[in-house]
Amino acid sequence: MTDALLYGLAGAALAGAGTYGLLTAAGALGRILGFNILGGGVFLIFGAVARRGAGAGLAADPVPQALVITGIVVAFCATALAVALLLRLDAARAAPDQDDGEKRGEAP
Amino acid sequence: MSLLFDGLLCLLLAGGALAAVASPAPRAAVLAFMGYGLLLGLAWARLKAPDVALTEIAIGSGISGIVLLRAAAGARPADAATAGPGATGRALAAAVSVAVALALAAMVLALPEPAPSQAADAAAALPATGLGNPVTGVLLAFRALDTLLEKIVLLLALVGVWALARDPKWRGRPAPLFEGAAPAPSAFLARILVPIGVLVGIYLLWTGADAPGGAFQSGATLAAMGLLALMGGIAPLPDAGSRRLRAVLLAGPFGLLAVGFLGWASAGAFLAFPPGIEKLVIKTVEVAITASIALTLILVVLGPPAGEERP
Amino acid sequence: MSLLLDAGTVVLVAAGLLFFAAGTLGLVRLPDGLSRIHALTKADNVGLALIVLGLLPQAPSLLAAVKMAAVWLLAQFASGAVAQVMAEAAMAEAPMAEAAMAEAAEQEAQR
Repeated sequence: MTDALLYGLAGAALAGAGTYGLLTAAGALGRILGFNILGGGVFLIFGAVARRGAGAGLAADPVPQALVITGIVVAFCATALAVALLLRLDAARAAPDQDDGEKRGEAP
Repeated sequence: MSLLFDGLLCLLLAGGALAAVASPAPRAAVLAFMGYGLLLGLAWARLKAPDVALTEIAIGSGISGIVLLRAAAGARPADAATAGPGATGRALAAAVSVAVALALAAMVLALPEPAPSQAADAAAALPATGLGNPVTGVLLAFRALDTLLEKIVLLLALVGVWALARDPKWRGRPAPLFEGAAPAPSAFLARILVPIGVLVGIYLLWTGADAPGGAFQSGATLAAMGLLALMGGIAPLPDAGSRRLRAVLLAGPFGLLAVGFLGWASAGAFLAFPPGIEKLVIKTVEVAITASIALTLILVVLGPPAGEERP
Repeated sequence: MSLLLDAGTVVLVAAGLLFFAAGTLGLVRLPDGLSRIHALTKADNVGLALIVLGLLPQAPSLLAAVKMAAVWLLAQFASGAVAQVMAEAAMAEAPMAEAAMAEAAEQEAQR
């Protein structure tokens, strides 16, 4: 049981927890958190694969690590866009008569 | 002995994730998620991936935490209609989740034994780029196409967030982060920490060529310092319509695209670097990428333009 | 000499851990938000100072030792400012929480 294997199994457990959150969370925010945890678990599995690929004087394979860095940034973008959508949806539900047609003078 | 530490860390990670998923209050869930993110950063450090650890703590736990806390603050209290699935639904979801976890665990246990790796290829090709950090080499030289597409994804996410503004307010400033005056401790912290943080960010960019660091980590640190300055009230909210702001935003992806086409002209392939000046070209394009990442992250966190205050 | 330094490291880091444990105990057992913030901030600051002091003899170079001390200093600033902001937010929320609890008690009494 190497440390890479241990973290790979932890990543699998995190992916399971994230899937549960994605499926059962009460509000959209809980589902966003579940999506992030699912992503984190998958990234940890990448990390375990990278660690197992140590060799040629490097402590870990750099290619999966670079993919994970890209993945973390993209996952954050998705989270931020989802949160912006969520806040806009709540604002639209709270004030349903307000319309974006103010500029063109159209009736709502 | 160190395996014991790793085992404890994995248990804490699983516990933090379950706490984030199972908390009924949105703010408690987000705080559990931020703590889990810090532990995940520690796990990356144990996996000998310091660049990923820096990125996870800065972006995955820090800036994501800001965005999620704003969402939790603006969340409406959950009513019966959005209470989520009933008991059978939860049991089914639990079964699916356990199946997913077991399938991934089986896959992890069945990984091939002489582990296939590109470490040898990366180590062999690294001296040609003039860099010492293999992850930076992969991000900016060997798989620069991934970085280019990621920059474009960042830009698209920002356009998506801006598109949520109401039409008349499209060119305004985002909604302020606090009402009235900034809390005095925040202003104090911003005045002390922002100069140090900007220095650390620039250092991370410079040292990313040979040591853990690089454009993404530096951009995330600079974005965090920008957000701290905004939270402390010592910087004005950025104007979404400003041409200079948009020029900096576009400098990253289009700079990298220009380098790509230049590579066609000078070295024979898209995103190839001209021989002899690779490190110079990489450093220059990294500066543009970092500035663009920092500004994009700040704007994405601030949200859609909400217009100037009407008199 | 190095045995003495190692023994000093063990003692100081253990003392720092004790302070962190005490702060966590306060977080779990104290009644309201303000006292928890107070206990956690004070105990964690002292704990971090002791741990950094304990790790200084193990530093490979003077620059590394200076960096560790700088990390401690930055953590002090951050935790002090954050504790104050959180305490103000907790005090601003307290009347709302009390009103919510009073409403719930009224509904209970009406049933």
